[in-house]
Amino acid sequence: MKVDTLIVGAGPAGLAAARGARSVGRKALVIDENWNGGGQIWRGQGRLVVGVAFEFERQVVDLRGLEYDRLILACGARELFLPFPGWTLPHVVGAGGLQALVKNGLDVRGKRIVIAGSGPLLLAVAANLTKAGAEVLLVAEQTSWTKLARFAAGLWRWPSKMAQGILLGNPRYRAGLWPVRADAGGVTMSDGRRWDCDYLACGFGLVPNLEVPRLAGCAVVDGFVEVDEWQRTSVDGVYAVGEITGIGGVEKAEAEGWAAGCGTKIQGDHARFVSRLAESFELRTGLRGLATPDTIVCRCEDVKLCKIVGFHDRRDAKLQTRCGMGACQGRICGPILEFLYGWEAERARPPILPTKVSDFVRKTRVTLD
Amino acid sequence: MKANTADVIVVGAGIVGAACARAFLREGLSVTIVERDLVGGGATAAGMGHVVVMDDSEAQFALTKRSRDLWDSLVPELPPEIEFERRGTLWVAADGEELEAVSGKKAHYEARGVRAELLDELSLRTAEPSLRPGMAGGFLVPDDSVIYAPCAAAWLSRGANIVRGTVEQIEDGALRLRNGERLEAGVVICATGAWAVDLFPALPVKPRKGHLAITERYPGAVRHQLIELGYLKSAHSAGTESVAFNVQPRATGQLLIGSSRQFGVEDGAVEEHMIRRMLDRAVEYLPSLAGMKVLRLWTGFRAATPDHLPIVSLCPGMRRTYLATGHEGLGITTSLGTAEILVESVMGRAGVLTKQNYAAERFVECRV
Amino acid sequence: MIVNGVSVDVADGVSVAAALMQLKIIPRRALSGEARGPLCGMGVCFECRVTIDGQPHERGCMVRAREGMEVRSDEG
Ligand SMILES: Cc1cc2nc3c(=O)[nH]c(=O)nc-3n(C[C@H](O)[C@H](O)[C@H](O)COP(=O)(O)OP(=O)(O)OC[C@H]3O[C@@H](n4cnc5c(N)ncnc54)[C@H](O)[C@@H]3O)c2cc1C
Ligand SMILES: Cc1cc2nc3c(=O)[nH]c(=O)nc-3n(C[C@H](O)[C@H](O)[C@H](O)COP(=O)(O)OP(=O)(O)OC[C@H]3O[C@@H](n4cnc5c(N)ncnc54)[C@H](O)[C@@H]3O)c2cc1C
Ligand code: FES
Repeated sequence: MKVDTLIVGAGPAGLAAARGARSVGRKALVIDENWNGGGQIWRGQGRLVVGVAFEFERQVVDLRGLEYDRLILACGARELFLPFPGWTLPHVVGAGGLQALVKNGLDVRGKRIVIAGSGPLLLAVAANLTKAGAEVLLVAEQTSWTKLARFAAGLWRWPSKMAQGILLGNPRYRAGLWPVRADAGGVTMSDGRRWDCDYLACGFGLVPNLEVPRLAGCAVVDGFVEVDEWQRTSVDGVYAVGEITGIGGVEKAEAEGWAAGCGTKIQGDHARFVSRLAESFELRTGLRGLATPDTIVCRCEDVKLCKIVGFHDRRDAKLQTRCGMGACQGRICGPILEFLYGWEAERARPPILPTKVSDFVRKTRVTLD
Repeated sequence: MKANTADVIVVGAGIVGAACARAFLREGLSVTIVERDLVGGGATAAGMGHVVVMDDSEAQFALTKRSRDLWDSLVPELPPEIEFERRGTLWVAADGEELEAVSGKKAHYEARGVRAELLDELSLRTAEPSLRPGMAGGFLVPDDSVIYAPCAAAWLSRGANIVRGTVEQIEDGALRLRNGERLEAGVVICATGAWAVDLFPALPVKPRKGHLAITERYPGAVRHQLIELGYLKSAHSAGTESVAFNVQPRATGQLLIGSSRQFGVEDGAVEEHMIRRMLDRAVEYLPSLAGMKVLRLWTGFRAATPDHLPIVSLCPGMRRTYLATGHEGLGITTSLGTAEILVESVMGRAGVLTKQNYAAERFVECRV
Repeated sequence: MIVNGVSVDVADGVSVAAALMQLKIIPRRALSGEARGPLCGMGVCFECRVTIDGQPHERGCMVRAREGMEVRSDEG
């Protein structure tokens, strides 16, 4: 069935696109892998759009076979995880990751949690986990106080983001601090202090989910989908909105989604906030040295850092060591290799997620007998 | 070490070039490999890694058998990442007609020193319980094996000096790189697979595209490399497109699913309709595959010659430049036999294999 | 939900990964034998893989726990 506007992703960006499309009388279909809408921030709390079709629990693994006039990609971002000794232990979870698990039913009442990594998300996670009854012992931000102060001082430009600035007043918040080693019952930080904790929630910022835009053939510049002020990508009829065009949070995502949905120019200056965020939370190069030769880099295939020597690029390392060959298709170790060695992603090939054989074969099967 | 001082320069670091490098290094010669991209990153990264004896012709039987023996002799040295496993090939007969056609094979194989066994319906089911019930039987070649070719190429090329560069022209005992540099050597070997025609346009080598799919880990799901006996029909079909059931258990517990053959397609993109046909065929033989998950799909190009034999000989009209290409769907197997032929040619020794069978001059278009 | 043969009560809308975490059940053993737990919570890391109703390699964080659903982990 052909739709007018096909939207991939039901996060803030995708939902706003759906509203926009609806407002100008276009027929839209939103596809999302989750069982409910709202994306990473709202997780089931987002309002669906009346008059727009939604298909949940459906993965877009290939764009061929989908029919549409316009395609709006709103695939969002994932967390960047950096390897350090102990990061594969079961109590080490993503920061947004732990929050997502809590939203999906994990009870953290009374749990002692250390949050570490980088970016404003850490503070949002701290607030949410505290609200859920957890005891947040520490929020460790790798960037410096100087950069943080400059970031906070600039927030007046974006009044709606002041709330995050106020959160900077969290008494457990420390800058210039990062984890160096996790052990079964806790974590040792870069200042040498060890914390006992039930969970170490760790995320070093966000990286865009570029697999679908790459399938579509969209140009990617400096790690994000390139768009004009109409949110048009380099491919005719394909738009990109939200975190995949630059990490900038929910207001940017919604503004871009709305613009693409109704086919208007984007309102407001979001580019400045995006670059301010990136500068303020830029990862210090010292973090490259956290992993020891024995630290696992590729969690699917258990490839240690010491195995990854003497290669030209990701494909070379993959072919020779299996790094990135596993189930996640390099979604976790790929950005790590980029951070460590500057190796860029390979081309995306369908299927971008593991897909049942039966999903490929013809519907009415003729058997041999 | 300077590139232009080697005794032997091999162009191409696929499995064939790598095998040649090792063979010449073992003669005490110095070897440089010129590779424009990655070691083992061409067809070698795309292939299934099935080390198999094939009986299409006497010359093919001899080359695959000799090569398999050479792989076997390396087993004690092969590092674990090469994932060598003696899985055996189980050729599956879907019906009585296919089984009948294969009945003479056992004697044929055994007369040539290759163990083989005919299986009836019941023993086929015991050997490979997950095959669809009702298959007529099979032909088992127990000593065939499976390897992981990209690591094999890296291992075989150890000790050679690997230079990154694109060769633009090959002359007698010399070559020119894209950056203008000229290298000379006592012996030059062109092992550029399907791209050999870029350097030697007269060669009757055509790219034949193949699709493959690999699954998640399902350890124990399949025991042997399974191929339908109709495979040869597919491999030889003059038509532009064909598929055949071909499933290989990997050391990781994954299943590698093949295979398709296409002429006249130059674009390496994964084609939906070929994947559908290929997987459909696979499910017909192995119904449990339907519920398994495919992790990745990819394609590769086989360098096909009109008679399905590789071109392994002096380049016609030259005295120091050799060709090693046209290995089609068997280059991972026949890389070692190829290297042996070339070393013996260069050293002027007689060998196990009849060299003329693989010489470029068998094709009119190659004669000078 | 039935986890490794034992029936457990799980509230509505809880993901399989969250439920297992609550029960302190390790979903997956890595190739090295190391115990692993959910990392991303959003379907990208594949660390929460379990067998659900006989289908191996399912991401627990992307599936809602349901009455009668059979979940097998690498370790109880
Ligand atoms: C784990 C996590 C937690 C976060 N928590 C917060 C928070 O608490 N506060 C905050 O301000 N910001 C948070 N963020 C930042 C958040 O990404 C942005 O603020 C904003 O939600 C981005 O909106 P989006 O629509 O671009 O992307 P998202 O909200 O990420 O939505 C993208 C959607 O696309 C779907 N999708 C992607 N690929 C496919 C595919 N191939 N097939 C089908 N569906 C697909 C995803 O399932 C997802 O629902 C979080 C980010 C992450 C990664
Ligand atoms: C789908 C498929 C399945 C297969 N399955 C099997 C199997 O099960 N068993 C088996 O035995 N065989 C199999 N094969 C065949 C096997 O993969 C090939 O025959 C073998 O890999 C060929 O090796 P090669 O070294 O000749 O070529 P390649 O591996 O392609 O190497 C050629 C190298 O030369 C380099 N090169 C090219 N031009 C230049 C230049 N101008 N300058 C510098 N470098 C250059 C390339 O970058 C490349 O690295 C299969 C092939 C395919 C496509
Ligand atoms: S926790 Fe990462 S995929 Fe489920």
